[in-house]
Amino acid sequence: MSDTAAHPREDDPEGSEEPATGADDAPAAESDETPAAGAVSTGAESVVAALEAAGAETAFGVQGGAIMPVYDALYSSSIDHVTMAHEQGAAHAADAYGVVSGEPGLCLATSGPGATNLVTGIADADMDSDSMLALTGQVPTEFVGNDAFQETDTIGVTRPITKHNYFASGADTVGDTVGEAFELSRAGRPGPTLVDLPKDVTQDETDETPGAAAPPAGTDPDPNADADAVEAAARAIEAAERPVCLFGGGVIKAEASDAARTFARTYGIPVTTTMPGIGSFPEDDELCLSWAGMHGTGYANMAITHTDCLIAVGTRFDDRLTGGIDTFAPEAEVVHVDIDPAEISKNVHADHPLIGDAGRVLDQLTAAVREAPDAEAWRERCAEWKETYPLTYATPEDEPLKPQFVVEAFDEATDDDTIVTTGVGQHQMWASQFWTYTEPRTWISSHGLGTMGYGVPAAVGARVAADNMGEPDRDVVCFDGDGSFLMTMQELSVAVREDLDVTIAVLNNEYIGMVRQWQDAFYEGRHMASDYTWMPEFDKLAEAFGALGLRVDDYDEVAPAIEEALDYDGPAVIDFHVDPEENVLPMVPSGGANGKFATAEDQL
Amino acid sequence: MSGDSPDSRPATDGGSASDAGVPEADSRPAPSEQPGPEERDHPEGRRNLEGIRIDPVLEAEHESRRAVISALVEDEPGVLARVSGLVSRRQFNIESLTVGPTTVDGHSRITMVVEETDPGIDQIEKQMAKLKPVISVGEVSGNAVTAELVLLKVEADDPAAVHAVTEMYDGRTLDAGPRTITVQLTGDEARIDDALDAFRQFGIIEIARTGQTALARGDVPTAPGEKPGTAGEPTTHDS
Ligand SMILES: Cc1ncc(C[n+]2csc(CCOP(=O)(O)OP(=O)(O)O)c2C)c(N)n1
Repeated sequence: MSDTAAHPREDDPEGSEEPATGADDAPAAESDETPAAGAVSTGAESVVAALEAAGAETAFGVQGGAIMPVYDALYSSSIDHVTMAHEQGAAHAADAYGVVSGEPGLCLATSGPGATNLVTGIADADMDSDSMLALTGQVPTEFVGNDAFQETDTIGVTRPITKHNYFASGADTVGDTVGEAFELSRAGRPGPTLVDLPKDVTQDETDETPGAAAPPAGTDPDPNADADAVEAAARAIEAAERPVCLFGGGVIKAEASDAARTFARTYGIPVTTTMPGIGSFPEDDELCLSWAGMHGTGYANMAITHTDCLIAVGTRFDDRLTGGIDTFAPEAEVVHVDIDPAEISKNVHADHPLIGDAGRVLDQLTAAVREAPDAEAWRERCAEWKETYPLTYATPEDEPLKPQFVVEAFDEATDDDTIVTTGVGQHQMWASQFWTYTEPRTWISSHGLGTMGYGVPAAVGARVAADNMGEPDRDVVCFDGDGSFLMTMQELSVAVREDLDVTIAVLNNEYIGMVRQWQDAFYEGRHMASDYTWMPEFDKLAEAFGALGLRVDDYDEVAPAIEEALDYDGPAVIDFHVDPEENVLPMVPSGGANGKFATAEDQL
Repeated sequence: MSGDSPDSRPATDGGSASDAGVPEADSRPAPSEQPGPEERDHPEGRRNLEGIRIDPVLEAEHESRRAVISALVEDEPGVLARVSGLVSRRQFNIESLTVGPTTVDGHSRITMVVEETDPGIDQIEKQMAKLKPVISVGEVSGNAVTAELVLLKVEADDPAAVHAVTEMYDGRTLDAGPRTITVQLTGDEARIDDALDAFRQFGIIEIARTGQTALARGDVPTAPGEKPGTAGEPTTHDS
């Protein structure tokens, strides 16, 4: 390796031959503290011991000079390592692993380019409040700040996109730091954390076994909301005539879907979700109005617009949800449940702030509301909106295949526990609109950051998580756009190598379709740089990778291809050539009023 | 979706997927037949920019005001970068920021003067509280004791007059040379502004101002939950 010369320690033969010191008596040396991990002899071993003690089962990453000591310590660890094709893939895989399993995902990268390649994935996890721990190698402490080979100020670069990041300062403490970072990533409102590991810190000897990991003081907040505030909110809910629940991603992260279902059903309150909240409430339930926002259903947006009492749980009121704030639920008294006090009244003023764990607060509310609101007429109105503004599309025979049809066909062919991942674009919207989600942690997508290329590595992470959970029979389906697929499809090589049973459905419209749709609507149809007519043949590319590759052009090929791909024991790619002109509707133009969604292009 | 009525879609082999979506066969209105945006009911209500429902009581938009925010932080590397990064990223309107040690080893106090609306000030406090090294943060009550230090260098054409103005504002002369005189002033912001006005007649060459720092008056703790340094125990906090 070209970087060895810069790192004298690496060439120091004694460095690797001295592990004996202290290794034997390490556990005994710790007197009263309960050691959480076995004996260690280097900082790197301490890092790995901390990860094992925290329950990490799988790490996703790419090797490199500065992280090599950690990899070496993983050699004899119980933690599996999945080598990814690109560090961005490692971060997305770890993120999706965390979403599916409910445990923080783990990704590793070397210093410099390895760390910067993680950045998109870390930012993505940050925007979606997904728990994840990133470990990055760093040049040895004495070189830090000198523009050494493969040095990047990883702490500086990732400061705004992590919940917290740590610069490991010594071999004796690095294990505890890693353990704390792991726990912090899931404490309270989840989010990504990062530990930057200078090579000397991981190489140095230590016999300090990491202690039991805990999040830092003050970061694991009280799960219960203030009792008086709950009472006041309960009175507002009882008095409502047009109540609506809005369940966000926080409901799923807090494992509060059952509590959410109980609450809404007990009081007969219609339910909308945010896009990250998909799966928190079954979309086939009569009370469910599906998701609200820019491409949400017309009926969800009507209900949100006309409600007089919005019970929002675990949502940060993103602008893709609210549209223009002035017209968002303009007549609603807002009950806002969130674990993060900073989300209260950040975008939408909360009349009843309830700070606490979503599940606990929903239980508190369920207990405090004595009488269901008198909302019979309102439920009927919601049902009428469902009739008036159904999600639908046209399928004349002579038109090219409609992408929505492909999504529906997949939904029909698979079970409720199927995990769906996506890239970003039109296909993502169709995958969320035309699939009926009924279970939490089955919809895995890039919401807040909107990262094209999320789908394939996320499918890898989701598959590994499901397998680790002992659920190998669950299907994992990735809906991808041609543009998105091209960004991270190299991770298909990982799926082949690891023999991961995933099905990738590329909804190939030879456009970066969402951009083309906006150009048609807002830029007079000038298709600047959105025309992707040079797309490779994805089925052949899949075969080149060693996966099953299929191509579908017509309606009658859809069902058989899906069946073949799902039956195939390993990664399969179906290249669906779909109608390039198809648009995602309904649509609330950005900053517009949710109730003024367009159902046809000429309304934009 | 359900429905096996005739449709214009090509027939498939009868697999489960073939029963999916038959929009044209549905009685459901096609998108283009659904009522357009303007044909729907729209509520009268509105929210203001801060997301507050506009009703007669709350109608007024918030005025921004000046607030002094004091935070106790762990004195770890990068804490200032974390705080300033937060402020700049979220576009809070900050006037000054000072940092210095407290009575407790390993703790620092950050004092920030901001010009924001009440909801904005609330957000600053909440966002700062989320930073891991921040132990406690809050607005210092209205009648806090505040002070600022300024060094200014003026031309030395009339040393006696400079000296007189310096005396008048209880300043100190730190350096006097043939061409320049450097003076140190302390006090609250208004007093310093007045002093600078008075010095302007001599020709101010350079100024260095620290920005305000502040403590709450009397027994009131400056940061919420802060314990007296003389109690000999860590400053705060119980949670
Ligand atoms: C990394 C990244 N670059 C650019 C964008 C902007 N963008 C949003 S949607 C979109 C088009 C996506 O095209 P494709 O993946 O083919 O999906 P389609 O919309 O055609 O279904 C683009 C370019 C993005 N979201 N992410």
